[in-house]
Amino acid sequence: MTRRRYFWNWFFEKSLALSALVSIATLMGIFLLLTLNSWKAFERIGLGEFFSLDAWNPAAFDAPSYGIASLLVGTFLTTVGATLLAAPLGVGMAFFLSEVGPSWLRNVLKPMVELMAAVPSVIMGFAGIVLVGPFLAQAFDLPNGLNALNGSILLAFMALPTIVSVSEDVVQAVPQAYKEASYALGANRWETLTQVTLPACYSGLLAAIMLGVGRAIGETMTVLMATGNATAMPSGFFSSVRTITATVAIEMGEVPTGTTHYYTLFACALVLFLITLLINYSAERVAARLRKRGQ
Amino acid sequence: MTRRTLWMWVGIASLVACAAGVVTFLIIMLFDLGRKGIPVLSWEFLSSFPREGMTEGGILPAIFGTTVLTLLATLLAAPLGVACAIWLEEYAGEGWLTQLTRAAVRNLAGVPSIVYGLFGLALFVEGMRMGASLLASACTLALLTLPSVIATTEEALRQVPRALREGALALGATRWETTYSVVLPAAIPGILTGVILALSRAAGETAPILFTGVAFYTRYLPASPFDEFMALPYHLYILSTQHHDPERVRPLAYGTAIALLLLVFLLNLAAFLLRARYRQKKRL
Repeated sequence: MTRRRYFWNWFFEKSLALSALVSIATLMGIFLLLTLNSWKAFERIGLGEFFSLDAWNPAAFDAPSYGIASLLVGTFLTTVGATLLAAPLGVGMAFFLSEVGPSWLRNVLKPMVELMAAVPSVIMGFAGIVLVGPFLAQAFDLPNGLNALNGSILLAFMALPTIVSVSEDVVQAVPQAYKEASYALGANRWETLTQVTLPACYSGLLAAIMLGVGRAIGETMTVLMATGNATAMPSGFFSSVRTITATVAIEMGEVPTGTTHYYTLFACALVLFLITLLINYSAERVAARLRKRGQ
Repeated sequence: MTRRTLWMWVGIASLVACAAGVVTFLIIMLFDLGRKGIPVLSWEFLSSFPREGMTEGGILPAIFGTTVLTLLATLLAAPLGVACAIWLEEYAGEGWLTQLTRAAVRNLAGVPSIVYGLFGLALFVEGMRMGASLLASACTLALLTLPSVIATTEEALRQVPRALREGALALGATRWETTYSVVLPAAIPGILTGVILALSRAAGETAPILFTGVAFYTRYLPASPFDEFMALPYHLYILSTQHHDPERVRPLAYGTAIALLLLVFLLNLAAFLLRARYRQKKRL
């Protein structure tokens, strides 16, 4: 009897450990698969051409060209725009929730922010087509509103829930004694907020913003539907742009397996994967340093 | 009013404006979707196939596909994720393997969904010869939701008081017996909340299923896991961008959007209520 009990204990310890290996295997599998397939693309087209050429025209009959410069700029433009919008709004809202607003309002607004996080990206994209697009077209007198700015606005709202909830935790972690000391010296609420609370949580807010950006840069359906998808080099926020994610989503379904085009799309995904890994890793480092200081 | 007080109110007003701006956008969006989408919802819309090149009819196959796909993905992800979390929290202690696993889970959570789509295409559709099918899509979505299931389960396990475990161990129970009959029952509501949230995430994802099995249109409901299927999010994408006459099918697109949104919100509401009730019970 006892022996059987110990056997089960041993059995479950080992089999549970196996399940943990699945995550490690998946991450390594993703990396290996992307690298192996990208390698075949780089062999055929060369790294230099891939990154520097701004013509993405893989379907051209005589001379297909695989340059992702314009796609990188498209991704960069929408993400930077989203960050510029979401960072002040998100941090401002976090300060409002934890320092200014009454607690009943907080109890209403926090679930609303969580609800925002739950809206599927394809619905945000739809809102970009039926709501934000027509609004931009009218406001700036454009033929249509499907451009980088539209994507930025939507991505900002997709990054906001992350930024708000992480920032709020950071702001709440500032010791009460700091604020009391500031009030005791005669500072008012705003002075305390900007000169005591804010400096105390700079790095945490940075981590929050980076986590939000990490989410925005990998977003696919929203930008696919809202940014217009022109492959030309964009000239500003009112240009129609195509991001790396949208390119993979549009073309992967139609390209035959094993062609240069097919492998190049894997190379696009590899670039995206490495960018998000880098952003998340940096956010992680910033947050870890913060925790260490907290102890 | 002194200048300092004036500045204070300007500052506070700007914070209020931030919060109000965010909430206003959300409300406008939901209001617009609801106003134009809810009138489209009827029993006929929910229970019939698309007709006349998707310009009429309903979304039954998309609802069916999304439901089956989501359940299948969760059925795959939940046991695996819960097992992984139990191992991390109850068995592993601090070692290099634990650290590696945690790092992998954290990084997987940040991988873009389209990258999961490519991985699913290369591994499940082509590598394992599943073809573009319900099963391949479900496997891809299961991997996508795995990190969040692990994270929420770990959180739920951490909430269980240490004293409960020590009590069981002191009575002579093995580590597994303690976990199975003491820790897990106490953590079940938290775990369930996480699983429901994973369901809701899987229901709304489009990018991972694009190349792994979703179909533009199917004449029949999928009869086996190896069939192609229709899904609500993809159907919405098709209706609003790929259709030959997007203006004409706009009402159908609104209906699809609101159906998907209701599904996702109901799942979130269930998770929210479950968590609230669980918290209340613990306080007593």
